Parts: sequence; C-alpha cells; structure tokens
Amino acid sequence: MAPILQLNGLKAFYGQSEVVHGIDLAVEEGGMTVLLGANGAGKTTTLRAICGMVRVEGEIVFAGKRLERRATEDIAGLGVAHVPEGRGTFVGLTVEENLRLGGYTRLREAPTNIERMYGYFPILAQRRRQQGGALSGGEQQMLAIARALMMQPRLLVLDEPSFGLAPRVVEDIFKIVERIKKEERVSVLLVEQNANLALELADHAYLLETGYVVASGSAKALADDPQIRRAYLGY
Amino acid sequence: MDKSSAAIARTPLGTERFGFATAGTGRWAFAILAIVIAAALPFALSKYHVFELTLVMIYAIAVLGLNILTGYNGQISLGHGGFFAAGAYTAAILMHRYGVPYWATLPAAGFVGFVLGVLFGLPALRFEGPYLALVTLAMALATPQLLKYFDTWTGGQQGINLVKPTPPAGLGLNQDRWLYLIALVALLLAIRVAANMLNGRTGRAWVAIRDHPIAAAAMGIDTARYKTLAFGTSTLFTAVAGALSAIAIGYVSPESYSLFLSISFLVGAAVGGISTIGGAIVGGFFIQFVPNFANDISDAAPWAIYGLAMLVCMYTMPHGVVGSIKPWLARLAQWTGEQRKRKDGGNSP
Amino acid sequence: MHEFLQQVFSGLAAGSVYASVALALVMIYRSTDLVNFAQGEMAMFSTYIAWTLVNAGLPFWGAFALTLAVSFAGGMLIERVIIRPVENAPVLAAVIVTIGLLLILNSVAGWIYTYTVQDFPSPFPDRPLLHALITTRDLGVIAVTLIMLVLLFLFFRYTSTGLAMRAAAQNPTSARLCGIRVGHMLAIGWGLAAAIGATAGIMVAPVLFLDPNMMSGVLLYAFAGALLGGITSPVGAVVGGLIVGVTENLVGTYLIASQLKLTVALALIILVLVFKPNGLFGTAIVRRV
Repeated sequence: MAPILQLNGLKAFYGQSEVVHGIDLAVEEGGMTVLLGANGAGKTTTLRAICGMVRVEGEIVFAGKRLERRATEDIAGLGVAHVPEGRGTFVGLTVEENLRLGGYTRLREAPTNIERMYGYFPILAQRRRQQGGALSGGEQQMLAIARALMMQPRLLVLDEPSFGLAPRVVEDIFKIVERIKKEERVSVLLVEQNANLALELADHAYLLETGYVVASGSAKALADDPQIRRAYLGY
Repeated sequence: MDKSSAAIARTPLGTERFGFATAGTGRWAFAILAIVIAAALPFALSKYHVFELTLVMIYAIAVLGLNILTGYNGQISLGHGGFFAAGAYTAAILMHRYGVPYWATLPAAGFVGFVLGVLFGLPALRFEGPYLALVTLAMALATPQLLKYFDTWTGGQQGINLVKPTPPAGLGLNQDRWLYLIALVALLLAIRVAANMLNGRTGRAWVAIRDHPIAAAAMGIDTARYKTLAFGTSTLFTAVAGALSAIAIGYVSPESYSLFLSISFLVGAAVGGISTIGGAIVGGFFIQFVPNFANDISDAAPWAIYGLAMLVCMYTMPHGVVGSIKPWLARLAQWTGEQRKRKDGGNSP
Repeated sequence: MHEFLQQVFSGLAAGSVYASVALALVMIYRSTDLVNFAQGEMAMFSTYIAWTLVNAGLPFWGAFALTLAVSFAGGMLIERVIIRPVENAPVLAAVIVTIGLLLILNSVAGWIYTYTVQDFPSPFPDRPLLHALITTRDLGVIAVTLIMLVLLFLFFRYTSTGLAMRAAAQNPTSARLCGIRVGHMLAIGWGLAAAIGATAGIMVAPVLFLDPNMMSGVLLYAFAGALLGGITSPVGAVVGGLIVGVTENLVGTYLIASQLKLTVALALIILVLVFKPNGLFGTAIVRRV
C-alpha cells in the first residue's frame, strides 16, 4: 500500500534557523507511525511543517497531493487533522461547540459524528455544556482528539497526547487511540516522548535527534534495539 | 496584528541606538556634516522656508517626546497636544504677564511639562492599551475647553499675542534666522539628552518594561517609577517644544491645540519610526509639509490625500521611515565590519 | 422626577446608538486587537448612502435594507483591501491606517455631499407617549437596536458561521486547524460591524442632522462606552453604551451644558475605570511571562 503521507528531504525553519535537516518519513495508510525523540529534536516542528505552520523546503505528499505552500485551513480541509501540543482547546466555548467546530468541514454529518464521539468519550457527553477551559487536562485531550475526528480525517496527527497527564489517564487515552485506529480506519502519525507506550501501539517508528532521523524501522525492531532501549526506554 | 506583546511598535532588530551602527568615526563625521548643513541652511533659503523649517524642528522635539513614551516605553498617548499647549501657554503667560525673557520660559515650560507628566503618569499606571488611549484622548479633548474656560489667565478665545524675540545685536541675523538657530540648538540638545537616556540604563529599563513587564519587574526594575519617569520626560520635551512654538509663532490660542494636533504628533511619530530618535525629525517634516502638499494636490478633499499618504507610509514602511532603514544600516555595518576584518588579514577571532 | 425619567429615557435612546457603535468596536477589537477609529466615519458614509437612496425615491425601510447590504459589503472590502496589508504589522501601523481611513472617508463625504447640514427622515413619528415620558421616535430607536442585538445574538450562538467567527477571534490557530478560513471570518466581522454602524448612523441622523462630522461625537462616546463595559465584552459594550447615553443626558441637564458636557462625562467614565481598569465586564489581559 502506498503511504498516505510521505516526507522527502523535508527541511523546516523557525525564522532563519533550520531546525529540521532534510528528513524522509512515511506513514502507511491505515497504520500508526510514531516519531520519537527528546525535547528539541524537531518532532513538533515536523508536525507543524506538515500543517503549513512553519516555513519549509522539500516535499510533503499527502494522498498524492503536495502540501507545501498550502494554507493550514486548506490542509485541514484535505483530511489532515492535527491535535496540537497543548490541545488547542477553545477554552471560552462549550464542549459541544468545540466538537461542532471540529465538524466545520463536514457540516452535514456533524450531528451523527458528535454522537459517535460521545460514544468514544462518555465523559464529554456528561460535560457537553461546560466551558472547554473548565475541563481537566485529560478531558481536554479527549476533547481535542474528538474534535479532530469530527473532521473525518484520513490522517490524524497527534502531538504528545500524554503531555502533562497522569499515567492512568495516559493509559486510558492510548486505549482509545488504539480503538480509534481500528474502528475509524484513520492513519495516525504520533509524536511522543513516552516511548514505551507509543512503541507498543505503533507499527512503524522514527527516531529524531536534533533535526535528523537517526533510526527508523518497525516499532518492534526499535523497541528491541538495545541502544534505543537504554537511551529512550530506560532499560 | 502582532499580538505577541503589549508593544506598540518596535524596530525589528531591537537595535535601539540612535545614529548608525557603523563604527565611531563614520557616525561622528555624518553628524557634524548634518549639523553644519542645518546651520547653513537659513542663509540659503527664503524667510518663509526658514520659518517652516523652524516649525519642523519644533515638531520634531515634540514628536521625540512622544517617541520616548510610546515608542520606547510602550505607553500610548493621544493627548500630547495638551502638553504642547501647556508649554506654549506657560511661555506665553510668563512673557505676556510677567515680562519674563523668552529664553527663560523654555526651562520653565520644561519644568511645568515634567510636573504635569508625572501627575498624569501616576494614575496612568493603572491603564493600558485602549484604556490609556481613552484617558489621554480625554485630555486632548479637554485642553481647548479648559483653555477657554480659564480665560483670565489664558486670554480665552482670543488667545495671547506675543512679541517675537529680537536677535542679539551685532550678529547680523534677522528674526527668522535667529529663531531657526534657537530651535536648532534646542533640537540638538534634545537629541543628545534623549540619546543619552535611551542608550543608557533608563532606556533599557523602559524597553524592558515595554516588551516584558513581568520579567522586568522580576529582575528588580521599579516599573512604576520608570513608567512615571518616562511620562514626565516625554512631556518635558513636548512642553519645551510648545514653548518654542509660542515664541516662534508669536501667538497662542485654544484652537491651535485641538485633538488634531495630538493625532498629528502620533501620525508623525509612526511615519518617522516610533522607536527611533531620527524618526522624530522625519515626523516633524511630515507634520509640517504633508498637509500643505495635500492641499496643493487637491483642494476639494485635501485630508483625503493626507489620509492616503498615511496609508501608503504604513503599507510600505510599517516600522516608520527610520525604523525600516535601520535593519539595512545594521546589515551594512555588519558587512563593512566583516570587510574590515578581512583586510586586517588572516586570523579573525 | 418626571423630568429625570424623561432624561433617562431619551438617554437610553442616545445610548442605544452608542451601544451599537460600541458593539461594532468590540467585535473588531476581539478579532483583530485593533480599535477601528474609522467606525464612525464608515457609519456616516453609510448614512449618506441611505440618504441618497431615500432622496431617489426608495421607501425608508427599503433604503435601510439596501444600505445595510452595501455597508456589509463595504466593510468586508475595507478589511480585505485596507486592513489586510497591515495585519502582521505592529498594532500602531494598523491604528494609523484606521485614522487615515477616517480622514479619507470624512474628506470624500465632504467633497461628494458638501458640508451643508441636511435633514434626514425618521421612520418614526415624533410623538410623546406614556405621559410624555418618552417619544415614539426614541422608542423606535431603542426597538430597532434591540431587534438588531437579538439577531446578532442568534447569529453568533446558533449558526455555524457565527460559531466559526467566535472561534477565529478566540484562537485563530486552532480555528485554522479545524479548516476555518480565519481571513474570511475577519472580513465578515468587519462587514457586520459596518452594518451595525450603518444602523446606528441612520437611527441618529434625524436627531443630529446629517453632515460629514455627524458621527465624531458618537464615536467618542461609543469608544468610552465600550471601554467602560470592557473592550473585550460585547455585553459590556451594550451596557456601557447605554450608561454613557444616560450619563451624558443627565450631566447635560443637571450639571453643565454645552461643550464642557463632554469633558465632564468622560471624566466620570475615567473615574469608574480607575476602580475597574478593565471595565465593568472586561477580563484582565492575561500576560504570558
């Protein structure tokens, strides 16, 4: 199967500084690829590059279309749903309004989709009329993922979903992500510092260090690699 | 909109220094050349043009005051016309009622301006952004009304007529040239004082407060004191400019100090480059000449041309004329510095 | 007492006009962090358009509707053509642009329509009601403003576009990630603000009489009202505008007439702001360190 997302020689810049130095990366259709690495490795920058939020050189190919030079909202409209670092919740709007916004590009199916999201995340149904800002960190993460799924995306891009969350909550979220991957038939590109959990779930993995890909392969292969285990998995 | 900070505007590279980033001798040579040319100009131009340039320099001092407050310290003022008026009327009343010689009214106006600025700046500490804009706007609106109200002092609607200063005997200068030179000296003094303050500790504190007020306070900068000082310094400059304008024009009246004057100062400051010193001079030119040009182009809708000029300036140079030039000069300085290193040969550090 | 109530009611009518313009200012401020100083002149220009249509023979409400449509389009156009070039520039540059726009509109209106003061028809007869507590005209102005506010509320609360606009104003980045064209939302916001301003201008013209400088006082009071209510709060804008209208009337009647009225009214508003520096309903500007 052709990869749904392919990065070829991608460079990304913050202002004049080159932060990502020509990486190649592929996400198989229907699969989950994880991008690992320490702080400052360029993982978030790569995701932002895909969504047109930073200056890039090189190629980004999504479902046969080139994404460089497209506006963020157009990329979203093409079927890339990005759950940003920090969730990006609309704190002043209610949970239901947040979901409706996720469904902005799929207005006709939105009511059905909202019910389906409440199925995945019952806690959101309970809090549907509460302000986004009143939710706990874990609930906001669920809301962010649900909002992204409202777009009926072909590619779900998740930036550090475990960030700032208690381990129990993180487990719950990852269980849901796994279920989503099976039931929604969406490809997933996941960025995580929590390498253990991520490698259990993913099919493929890339390891980023200061803007370069230093290792790639199946998730199992990377998990078994002793050097990577010592450096990133802690054992 | 650049929402990233409370800053009104700032020059891109953060190089707030006046003058050029080129090394020592280059900067001094240019400055001396400029001063010599400026001093020689009144002998080459007609009386009217000399008078116009005098006004340019007076407005430049006023705008410099605004740049200090709004550009370097980030506190917006839509009311500087009021402080200009305060200086003008201080000079007028001292000369007219008490026979004070004209040159002595300048420090007096400066003092009055400073005190008013501090009195205003203290409550202004509570306000930011559009709220501060409203408070200063209210002041600008109140000024002509207050001037008319206290008519025993101010001469009310009629204003006060003044005798223009006579040049000292034996210098062979006529009145207009004398006034021009006074304004020139005042402007050079103002630039020197401003540059010293802005390039020194006070200026750095002001900029820190503008860009990162919380961090500045955390570093131990007394925010309230510096902000009030910025206000007082700013209004000192503008009040002195006001006094000079009263002396140069020979007449003060409430109509001259309307809201439009305050707006003009802000426009001139922005067009010149609000976080710069040189921009104040450009602003002075803009305030004095563009309305006249606008009238020449269209006497049916001159203010439309003026407004259009403002738009064009902001589209092409959003950081003002001097603000937009500075990065290029810095790059030039970098390039010449590198060339010099290369010429000095071999091992650079 | 009777006179007091009369002044309160007529103050509410004036306040409705201020509230409308204040609301327009707040809408634009929320989405672009910019005070649109040209809002008053845009409203004035719209009113002249309505005047032209009425003089050409259109019935009042037809001219009103057409003017609103034209103003909406004009507002969108202004955002895309005049404001967009400075949307990434320092805020001061954008402020100067709105001031420039103010001068252009005022001057062009004076050129096209001259500075002669004109009559402007009111759709409401000017008759006293309720034991002369309020006139039918004032009641009409308040009613029109109320209807407009209700329609706006429904729009923003229940339509997708309204929701998208609120989202774009609150968090443009997240809005883009949802596929919302933030630029379009801005343009629509300016269009709505222009239409609101047009309504205000048309309502106030019969009282203030139509001339290019008609809206300058209104803008001032609206600005003060918006700040009094809290520049980030639409509810605050309306409440603030109404308070300013009533205050202006009472100050003018009981304290001091003519020109100083403005100064005194502003002084009172500023006094309130000293105790509530972010306005009555405003939220403090959260600073990220």
